[in-house]
Amino acid sequence: MTRKQKRLSIILGALAFVGTATGLTFYALGQKTSYFYMPADLTTASIAPGQRIRLGGLVEDGSIVRGQGTRVSFGVSDGGGKVEVVYDGLLPDLFREGQGVVTEGTFGADGTFVADSVLAKHDENYMPKEVADSLKAQGVWQEN
Amino acid sequence: MVETGHFALVLAFALALVQFFLPLVGSRTGDARLMATAGPVAVTGFAMTAISFAALTSAYVLSDFSVLNVFENSHSQKPLLYKFSGTWGNHEGSMLLWVLILTFFGALVAAFGRNLPATLRANVLSIQGLIGSAFFLFILATSNPFARLNPAPIEGQDLNPVLQDVGLAIHPPLLYLGYVGFSVCFSFAVAALIEGRIDAAWARWVRPWTLAAWVFLTGGIAMGSFWAYYELGWGGFWFWDPVENASFMPWLAGTALLHSAIVMEKRSALKIWTILLAILTFSLSLLGTFLVRSGVLTSVHAFATDPTRGVFILAILTLFIGGALALFAWRAQSLAPGGIFHPISREGALVLNNLFLSTAVATVLVGTLYPLALEAVTGEKISVGAPFFDLTFGPLMVPLLIAVPFGPLLAWKRADLWAASQRLAFAAGGALLVILFVALFIDRASVFAALGIGLAAWMILGALTDLALKSGIGSVSPGVALRRLAGLPRSAFGTSLAHLGLGLTTLGVVSVTSLQTEHILTMKPGDTVEVSGYQLRFDGLQPFQGQNFTEDRGLFPLLDSDGDVLTTIMSAKRFYPARQMPTTEAGISTRGLSQMYVSLGDPVDGGGIVVRIWWKPFVTLIWLGSVVMMGGGILSLLDRRLRVGAPARRAKKARAATGATG
Repeated sequence: MTRKQKRLSIILGALAFVGTATGLTFYALGQKTSYFYMPADLTTASIAPGQRIRLGGLVEDGSIVRGQGTRVSFGVSDGGGKVEVVYDGLLPDLFREGQGVVTEGTFGADGTFVADSVLAKHDENYMPKEVADSLKAQGVWQEN
Repeated sequence: MVETGHFALVLAFALALVQFFLPLVGSRTGDARLMATAGPVAVTGFAMTAISFAALTSAYVLSDFSVLNVFENSHSQKPLLYKFSGTWGNHEGSMLLWVLILTFFGALVAAFGRNLPATLRANVLSIQGLIGSAFFLFILATSNPFARLNPAPIEGQDLNPVLQDVGLAIHPPLLYLGYVGFSVCFSFAVAALIEGRIDAAWARWVRPWTLAAWVFLTGGIAMGSFWAYYELGWGGFWFWDPVENASFMPWLAGTALLHSAIVMEKRSALKIWTILLAILTFSLSLLGTFLVRSGVLTSVHAFATDPTRGVFILAILTLFIGGALALFAWRAQSLAPGGIFHPISREGALVLNNLFLSTAVATVLVGTLYPLALEAVTGEKISVGAPFFDLTFGPLMVPLLIAVPFGPLLAWKRADLWAASQRLAFAAGGALLVILFVALFIDRASVFAALGIGLAAWMILGALTDLALKSGIGSVSPGVALRRLAGLPRSAFGTSLAHLGLGLTTLGVVSVTSLQTEHILTMKPGDTVEVSGYQLRFDGLQPFQGQNFTEDRGLFPLLDSDGDVLTTIMSAKRFYPARQMPTTEAGISTRGLSQMYVSLGDPVDGGGIVVRIWWKPFVTLIWLGSVVMMGGGILSLLDRRLRVGAPARRAKKARAATGATG
């Protein structure tokens, strides 16, 4: 092979490689990302059972119910709607009533949301960004 | 003292402007005296920044709450160590640390770069000065750490409790030494483009700086991962959090740069690519600073929510990345092309390494920025988490890791792949045995786990094979081999050690992700649970009063199969009254290379408490492997042949010895 052909073959090889990686990336973006919803959005959006989403809002006052062992259920609301969430595991340190929270999981057949992770961050004033933005947009929550 | 600090900061800004301007004019006009100003100005600028930083530190240590920044982030009852580390545990202070390290590297170039050609040295320091000016201006204009508060409050608001930890005291300085260290490579690249000249000697100068920055960044990332693991109580070591990715991207690019600089130094090839990588690596550091500091991401690290800061950093980002890339597009063609090589060769292997690493950077970049871009464009909020990165990053890494042991065994220019494969037969055989052993004898092990652990074994054995071959172990007498081993250049050891460390980290990651066991249950005092052959008993909760917190300590004696108590694991829930904030302190017991990890949840009715217990096999290897990698980097750095100016010093000595005149 001449110098030029060699260089061309290397470039073509690299392009094929990068192309594969790009394809994989877009496939993964389509399959492996989860959209964020507030309870109020759910009245209009249709979400298939089994589809992973992130659900955010405020933990409703008086809604935390401890079940058998480590099971816990609570309501997530945003003024416009309310969703019952079931979770089995350890809740984060800053999980409290009235606190902003983001949960990730899927809807069960009976309409309850089965979360496999509950996020609350490391600050007492912390409000997850998505939750704060949505609440502000609805006028439910003002920054102090 | 505080005003002195502010004044020194303003002076440092002025000096940075001088450091940018004079040497650049000097190098354009060929004025040696102007070029010579670069060194002293850089050193003085560092001294001023250090004074400024010391002033802020003393305000923290003395709990001077008349300083707004101290009031917001400190408390008189805080332990002394965290008064120190609190200096950089907030936005303003951490930006001051950023420029302190930037000027530190500038001073190092000034001190150790005496053997650089005068114009290159002047240009490098000039670019460092320009970067410094931009960040000094940023601090002075938007993030002044010395702003006063009048009247001064009696007590401060305390540092976020999760940041009150030794890990976080060391982590940011290490990370910044890495992050900002790449600025030197960037400045070298831009200086070379300005001059339009680049050769193997350039790579020889840049490589030690790349290595040093890489070693620090490796340490910083490992430290951050270790901190998250033991302090946050969720037992994970990597979350694919955008803030983690912000430091991981420069690491991947820096690793690629490290390898391409070798090709450039030894074979004068890949010049243009290496220059581009040097620019991109520091650009990714800047991007990381932007992501973390601008408040576009919500994370414990993103203290700033002031949009003017975000816009300012974005402007800096655009100026440096855009400017450098434009310069690159304009001048790269004028650089002389490098040597040619066969695809199967050491160069070819290093090109493959670069291809994989840079594609990996691209996927991480897409995963990190895509949600931001999508929200900006459509307003939809999505999260790109572990599943995305597992699917894209994983497949890219596996072939790269398989190829790692081949690299050092291939000859430069044109190599024999078959011969290299034969030499690796032992490593391949060993890896196969490991795969079979894991698949057959380890309960719960999946095919994936067996293959992954086999891959790690392949890398570890491959790195050892490389050392064995170089020293002739097995083919010559042990004494000779040992002497040869001792006589090997340190950089050869460095390569093997770094690859060995990578293998160990891989082993840790694969073992813990595929073989860890988790138990979540409620325990009452006296309850016992069996975990991986151990008995874990719960002895109840004990209250404890700390210096600035109270805690409930859960005591968990760990018993072996005979019922003997090996140790008592203590896991606690802490409460910091100053911030009204609870934290979870995980209880961890190290058994060999594995760990038992106990985390407390909420109390339940009837006197029990929710407990989460993990058995994490080989988890310590994740960080031990990183330490070994760093060791490899440090050994390479200490290699005499790589030391900048070593030949010149030898020449000087030789001249002195022969008593040459003139």
